[in-house]
Amino acid sequence: MKLRDRIVITGVGLTCPIGNSLPEFRANLLEGRSGVGPFETRYIGQVLAGVCNYDELKYQKRKEVRRGTRAGSISIFCANEAVRDAGLDWSTVRKDRVGVYIGITEHGNVETENEIFEISKYNYDTAFWSHHHNPRTVANSPAGEVTLSLGISGPHYTIGAACAAGNIGFIQGTQMLRLDEVDMAIVGGVSESIHTFGIFASFKSQGALASHDEPTKASRPFDQARNGIVVAEGGCLCVLERLTDAQRRGAKIYGEIAGYAINSDASDFVLPNSGRQGECMKQALVRAGISPRDVDILSSHATATEQGDVEECLAIKEVFGNHERLAVNNTKSFIGHAMGAAGALELLGNVPAFQDGLAHATINLDNLDPACDCGAPQIVANRPRSMGQVNYILNNSFGMLGINSVLIVKRFTE
Amino acid sequence: MNAEEIRQVLLDILSRIVPDEDLSTLQDDVPFREQIELDSMDFLDIVMELRKQYRIQIPEEDYANMNTMGGAVNYLTPLMKGVSAPA
Repeated sequence: MKLRDRIVITGVGLTCPIGNSLPEFRANLLEGRSGVGPFETRYIGQVLAGVCNYDELKYQKRKEVRRGTRAGSISIFCANEAVRDAGLDWSTVRKDRVGVYIGITEHGNVETENEIFEISKYNYDTAFWSHHHNPRTVANSPAGEVTLSLGISGPHYTIGAACAAGNIGFIQGTQMLRLDEVDMAIVGGVSESIHTFGIFASFKSQGALASHDEPTKASRPFDQARNGIVVAEGGCLCVLERLTDAQRRGAKIYGEIAGYAINSDASDFVLPNSGRQGECMKQALVRAGISPRDVDILSSHATATEQGDVEECLAIKEVFGNHERLAVNNTKSFIGHAMGAAGALELLGNVPAFQDGLAHATINLDNLDPACDCGAPQIVANRPRSMGQVNYILNNSFGMLGINSVLIVKRFTE
Repeated sequence: MNAEEIRQVLLDILSRIVPDEDLSTLQDDVPFREQIELDSMDFLDIVMELRKQYRIQIPEEDYANMNTMGGAVNYLTPLMKGVSAPA
């Protein structure tokens, strides 16, 4: 690989149900603390969800919070935190050479539902429909709010990729840096989905919404008693730079983008396809120039649906079936499914393993479903596993309409 | 509603639309936009709130009458004559 094509992560900003910074998030992952709790939603009543409690006013005025969307607010918080964490002197950064690439599962449902609810109070008279609806619901909105907040005049857009989107934010940023379209990229994914009743209602109608008497036990991927998805909100945005630029300014480096792949099942609207998932992982490994045995941690996508978890395990078994040392873990068991943010949060929740040598657990895994057999690799159940040196983390993120994304990040070495 | 009650209604609406602004020093005869951060979308929020709360329809050609607090109160007084003040 050309030196100029080496891309590294130099700043992290995040909010999720168990933390508003990477150290806080990581500590709670290692302690096995769930962030799932009861949540009131319109028309349905109480559901279970992962809710964030970051300080909205840290980087926004109250008027800006009101004007924008929850996804935009999460994006602004995460982007500003990432820039701060990267140690950049933002006043000297060329803003026209910064790109913002944010993965989203969906955008606009929250605002549309809110407006329909609002006009229902006025006999559905559309004269009461807000003039804010269009700027709030255009698909680039969360990324656009970041450019307004940080004065970025380079390209910005979101990447709509269902629940594969978080990884794809990183992939897009990496590609744009390699194409020399930008010198710095703010990448990752965000989700405001818990603020739409529709996502809960749709999963419920599909028989895929988790329920449990104890909210913290509701998200239980790979467990025999799993019964569906816990929806979460959240965001994770990172600063990506060329290694040469990062080294020139003496930046802290979290990890290096080693390989990636995106493909499509072309088989079903909602049902996953282990064959295509396996192909996606293999392609990412080839691009990273490594073999399956080089991967230390596999951060799984599993959402705790009946078939989804089984299909991913089949894919893992096919690609990594003889790799005993591989640690398979799952972040959704702690925070639920953060949709567009999931891939980015799950990757960054694992990246500290390059320093601490630990694979965080999959909590709520009391009885492993025999159908969730990955072969030789074991799912890290309930307690973290000490790994020794971790060199490669592979992060799976899959989504509806059969979109698969795999991102491999490696420990930085010269 | 009398002029003072209408002024209070407008201040209540403004306090929600521009919550970061100090409205205590707002002058009657100086345009809102010269005193507080109030752009065209915010202005439309005032129009929308009056429509929602009091069913007052303000035609676009009359927007210029609403540029100052004094002008807005004068313009709204006949329109809100039969409207009760909020409790």
